[in-house]
Amino acid sequence: MIIEQEVVIASGSVIEEKRRVTAFFQAWPPAVIFAILWLLLMMLIAIFAPLITPYDFMAVDVHARLKPPLFFGGSFAHLLGTDQLGRDVLSRALASIRISITIALCATMLSTLIGLVLGFTAAYFRGWIDQVILTLVDAQLAMPFMIIAIAVLAFLGNSLVIFVMLLGLNGWEQITRIARGLAISADTQGYAAAARDIGASPWRIYLRHILPNISATIVVAMTLNIPGVILLESSLSFLGIGLQPPQTSLGNMVGYGRDYIQSAPWIMLMPAAVIVVTTLSVSIVGDWLRDRLDPTLR
Amino acid sequence: MLQFVLTRLLRALVTLFIIITFAFFVLRLAGDPASRFFDPSQTPPEVIAAFRRQWGLDQPVWVQFYRYIIAVLHGDLGNSMRENRSAVETVLSKLPATLEIMVPTLIIKTILGIAAGVTAALHRNSVFDRMIMSLSVLGFTVPTFVLALVLALIFAVQLRWLPSGGYSTVSHMILPVATLSIAGAAVIARYTRSAMIEVLGRPFVRTAAAKGVRSSEVVTRHVLPNAAVPIVTIFGFMMGSLVGGSVIVESVFSWPGIGRLLVASVQARDLAVVQVILLLIGALMVFSNLVVDLLYGLIDPRMRSRGGRAQAA
Amino acid sequence: MKGALSARELKRYYTLRQRGSLFSTSKTLKAVDGLSFEVAPGEMFGLVGESGSGKSTTARLLLGQIPPTSGEVWFGGDKVGSKPDANWRRMRKRMQMIYQDPLSALDPRIVIAGQIEEPLIVHFPEFTPADRRRRVAQVMADVGLLSHHGDRYPHELSGGQRQRVIIARALAMEPELLVCDEPVSALDVSVQAQVLNVFADIRERTGFTGVFISHDLKVVRQVADRVGVMYLGRIVEMGTPDEVFHRPAHPYTKALVSAVPRTGRSARSRIILVGEPPNPVNVPSGCPFHTRCPEARSGCRSLVPELVASGGRAVACHLVNNPSFSGGEAA
Repeated sequence: MIIEQEVVIASGSVIEEKRRVTAFFQAWPPAVIFAILWLLLMMLIAIFAPLITPYDFMAVDVHARLKPPLFFGGSFAHLLGTDQLGRDVLSRALASIRISITIALCATMLSTLIGLVLGFTAAYFRGWIDQVILTLVDAQLAMPFMIIAIAVLAFLGNSLVIFVMLLGLNGWEQITRIARGLAISADTQGYAAAARDIGASPWRIYLRHILPNISATIVVAMTLNIPGVILLESSLSFLGIGLQPPQTSLGNMVGYGRDYIQSAPWIMLMPAAVIVVTTLSVSIVGDWLRDRLDPTLR
Repeated sequence: MLQFVLTRLLRALVTLFIIITFAFFVLRLAGDPASRFFDPSQTPPEVIAAFRRQWGLDQPVWVQFYRYIIAVLHGDLGNSMRENRSAVETVLSKLPATLEIMVPTLIIKTILGIAAGVTAALHRNSVFDRMIMSLSVLGFTVPTFVLALVLALIFAVQLRWLPSGGYSTVSHMILPVATLSIAGAAVIARYTRSAMIEVLGRPFVRTAAAKGVRSSEVVTRHVLPNAAVPIVTIFGFMMGSLVGGSVIVESVFSWPGIGRLLVASVQARDLAVVQVILLLIGALMVFSNLVVDLLYGLIDPRMRSRGGRAQAA
Repeated sequence: MKGALSARELKRYYTLRQRGSLFSTSKTLKAVDGLSFEVAPGEMFGLVGESGSGKSTTARLLLGQIPPTSGEVWFGGDKVGSKPDANWRRMRKRMQMIYQDPLSALDPRIVIAGQIEEPLIVHFPEFTPADRRRRVAQVMADVGLLSHHGDRYPHELSGGQRQRVIIARALAMEPELLVCDEPVSALDVSVQAQVLNVFADIRERTGFTGVFISHDLKVVRQVADRVGVMYLGRIVEMGTPDEVFHRPAHPYTKALVSAVPRTGRSARSRIILVGEPPNPVNVPSGCPFHTRCPEARSGCRSLVPELVASGGRAVACHLVNNPSFSGGEAA
């Protein structure tokens, strides 16, 4: 066990020129490059899914049940095998990616919107409104959101709209705290006060001045929120409480695939792998963005 | 000191109140509670009528709310439709099973996480550190259900060392506890490491080392107590994710605890049980946050005099 | 139409609560404690004082940016309110502030031309974009900014240029009242001279009424038509710059003036004040200056001196206004 002290290594010259390659990889670490590429791939799939799926993801083919994927004894007909109803796993996966990503993006935008509105309202009015909003944030933080989500889905039923709105409530409290804090400090910073002194209305001050100046931090917060939404959505779908058939999602697929964990593990593993890599990629990109744009965030 | 405890207590009560209000609100949105809580074909009409009277379902909203709170305090919240006994009883009967995995998990992940984090911090940038950090990133990016299934796949299906589900022997407990512990330890390790690194960088640590105090003493007497505050912070979050995680883990491993009860009740629309679980978890969370807050006051004397929570992040 | 500014018995107190104890004691911070003065239309009134004297608070009170604890501000026949409603926002057309730190008063993300244009967008919605551009160009020329500066961002300009942007932005609306809070304190001496020249040019042209707040006597002497000296939230002396700086009557003014280095005068003739620097939380009883005044009498401890005017001159000191008020030796 050692307590490390900083050790300075003396080198020949004071300035060493970095090799081009090293410099490149320092600015763009390989992990980040990979993450960005993966995410681009996911976005492309999300946009073009209906065009590239080899089969309709709902098409049932009883003769082709439980066929293994390509390198495990399968054929080119079904690159990733088929599931218990003969549906092509690859097609289902592509369709699921599309749905999961779309939902994640919509939910994140919704939670950002809620967070901004509440955060700015708290910052502008201060006083008791501020206290109320802060108490709500505290209360939200107290409960694990998954339980709240499950309860709400139980009581209100499970339509797609309710589900997305519920997911949109995941993480608003983070954005609210950040928006509120930044708005309050922007106020003290002077340009907001100066805008007020000119006679600009509060709307103008918040939308034209404060929001653009805090957008970097907000974008980072949004990015860091997306993995949480993806995990929540897939967990709920896995439990069977989320997206209902005939909708398919990555979590759904894992849920159905669970029954075949012994005979046909690929049904479950492939969507699980996609979830993990995607979440990881978003986290990596989010961390990197944060370090680049706003080191004060953490 | 007294004021500190009182403010914390007050906050906890307010939060609890908000949670109860939320439950009430959602409940009313869902429609008539009586028809939700009781299966009309199986319950005698007098019981349903008594329930309606008790809750004042034809009265204005605030009367209903008031009665709701009284009902909550009495534990009188309807019957489970599936089991035909009081919802509260149903939930409490499953509580021991859940505790059987939660308590060991708490202990294991705390020890594991703190040990890993401290070691990583002390051997910063070494191979060991990087390994632990990578594992910990995986630990909290991988969704709990994936981790559970992968562990089940490896240990239950392929290696056949452990059973894949059920509730009879101790070996049934291993996979659920392992899953939750790994995920939890990952988060704890990460936070512990960064808290330790931050404290290690402070001047007073270097002073102690320069004075010739032994490393181990420096760590235990100086560093750890100071690093304790951020570590205690995440315990609040830990409880939340532990509860969420146990829902998943109980479902995957067919462990008959509250988590599985929740899922089953949702699917069967047994809303009385869902409501009780919601309130129970709410109370549990508020309580654990209160404990964490009070621990703060003990550990960090600065908190006591400031009268306000530290501005974390 | 230029207006007259009138401050009447302005007071601004802040209550500081000590946190952490169950029975919290509170102290009062008296930032401004009974300020009254008149500024004639087109006149530039200088306000000097050290930090803690309440100058910045006064600036904000005059413009209605903070509400006074008591007292009123009147400008051009209208009372200046402090509630930030639509009426208050409309008043902004007539009264503007020049800040001490130009960088923080500018939005880092908007180009200069856009920032100067903003008041026009807010207050003159009938202007077309072309009208606005014309006006912005004119105002920029007035303060000595070149047109290509309009496309720059605040951080790309020098301190002097930024302050000129602030002035341009304030002038875009042709306000009748301009309150300047230490506008040149953050600038180098040579740049100070430039900016002061800009002020002089514009005053000649538009004749706005102004209040110039500074701790720098040299600057105020150059710019102001009349001067007030502030100490712990009150005016202790008022008069023309010549009267106040060359023939100071109040002991504090005398000490202030003697601190300005002048050729031919040795350092030994400086009046050094002893005692604690002024603290608006613990305002001394009686005359607020008595704890440091080299000429204080025992009576100064108990009675607050009034600001007594004779001609254009006013002094708040017992020794000047009440020569027979002795009560013993110097305290």
